Amino acid sequence: MTDIFDWAFAWEILPTLGSALIITVHATVLGMSLAVVLGLILAMLRRVRSRWISAPVAVLIEFVRSTPLLVQMYFLFYVLPQTGMRLSPLVTGILALGVHYAAYCAEVYRAGIESVPRGQLEAATALNLSPWRTAVGVVLPQAIPPVVPALGNYLVAMFKDTPLLSAITVVELLQQSKIIGSATFRYTEPLTLVGVLFLLLSLVAAWGVRRLEAWLKKFGGSR
Amino acid sequence: MEGFAALLPPLLDGLWMTLRITVGAALLAIPLALAAGLARLSSHRLISGIAVVYVEVFRGTSALVQLFWFYYVLPLFGLRLPAVTVGIVVLAANAGAYGAEVVRGAILAVASGQREAAVALNMTSAQTLRRIVLPQAFPAMLPPAGNLLIELLKNTALVSLITITDLTFRGQMLRAETLQTTQIFLLLLLLYFAVALVITAGIRLLERRFRVR
Repeated sequence: MTDIFDWAFAWEILPTLGSALIITVHATVLGMSLAVVLGLILAMLRRVRSRWISAPVAVLIEFVRSTPLLVQMYFLFYVLPQTGMRLSPLVTGILALGVHYAAYCAEVYRAGIESVPRGQLEAATALNLSPWRTAVGVVLPQAIPPVVPALGNYLVAMFKDTPLLSAITVVELLQQSKIIGSATFRYTEPLTLVGVLFLLLSLVAAWGVRRLEAWLKKFGGSR
Repeated sequence: MEGFAALLPPLLDGLWMTLRITVGAALLAIPLALAAGLARLSSHRLISGIAVVYVEVFRGTSALVQLFWFYYVLPLFGLRLPAVTVGIVVLAANAGAYGAEVVRGAILAVASGQREAAVALNMTSAQTLRRIVLPQAFPAMLPPAGNLLIELLKNTALVSLITITDLTFRGQMLRAETLQTTQIFLLLLLLYFAVALVITAGIRLLERRFRVR
């Protein structure tokens, strides 16, 4: 009988897991970039005066937020090819991550936008600024910096959701560890290492978000 | 439209399993969250240390990795649990870790004068907690707890990957049998959404009932 935890084996598989980690980080960065941009668009659409636009967008945000990411991934993975869109599993997964977290980001932006004092909007109206210039020049510069830490927390959350990509055949960190496990019949080391890697990176990222928060409090805006 | 009617019975079977896991994990997560939240506030270093490790480990790793670890690695240590038990326990531990932070935040938000008044009235710390602190902290816990419950519901979809025949698993099986992919996944999303709406409505009701005056 071998040891419960074989350190030599763990050391041996670390480079393989490391290269799978790159896919995980890659998916997180691209997914979050999509979420940040799409979330802002959704937040703005939700504030459009016309109910015909804002109401469906509000329902869409609520719907995406309250259904499982895994099912959304399956939906994109199996249904998109039927409509003629052939994307690689990784791109499909990044799309699913981006759309799912865009709904969360939209709510974060909304909170930021609502915290801008009314007087700012009234001043913009008094200065005869167009709605576009009011949004881009007055509201968003004051709305976004305070919510950056909240967006950072969703970045960490998305990172922890990337193992779901394994369900749509992407070989990311978790899938790689399962491949190692089924090839060697040793699951303890690869799965434990994956857990430790996630824990370490999440703790570092959470620390980074806290630092950013402190920095923003010190130097970002006077509000 | 008949397509939908034929798909529904097997999916409802899966929904039943999803609801059982959600409720089971939620019932287990509540005492876990309370215990860990209170333990983190303890002045005893060992007790608060254990709570910190529990909360950080379960919040810092992925829920799916936790499920796989308990499903694949525990049997190697001789602990062989049924998949449903693993699913409920892991999801509860995960939700409990997030819940612990909610409990901690709500307790810290209770005005310190309340505690001082309890000390002045010579209450024991258990009495203070039960009669003064928790009743005032409870309303503040409700909205975030509702969000966590929806997160828990969404996380139950992950148990389909450790062979539990929940709603998502049934959906996958049906897809392989009938190839009515679009209808099945739309139904799946709508069913989850419906459950989430029920949870939201339930929490709203509780919030109204326990509103602080």
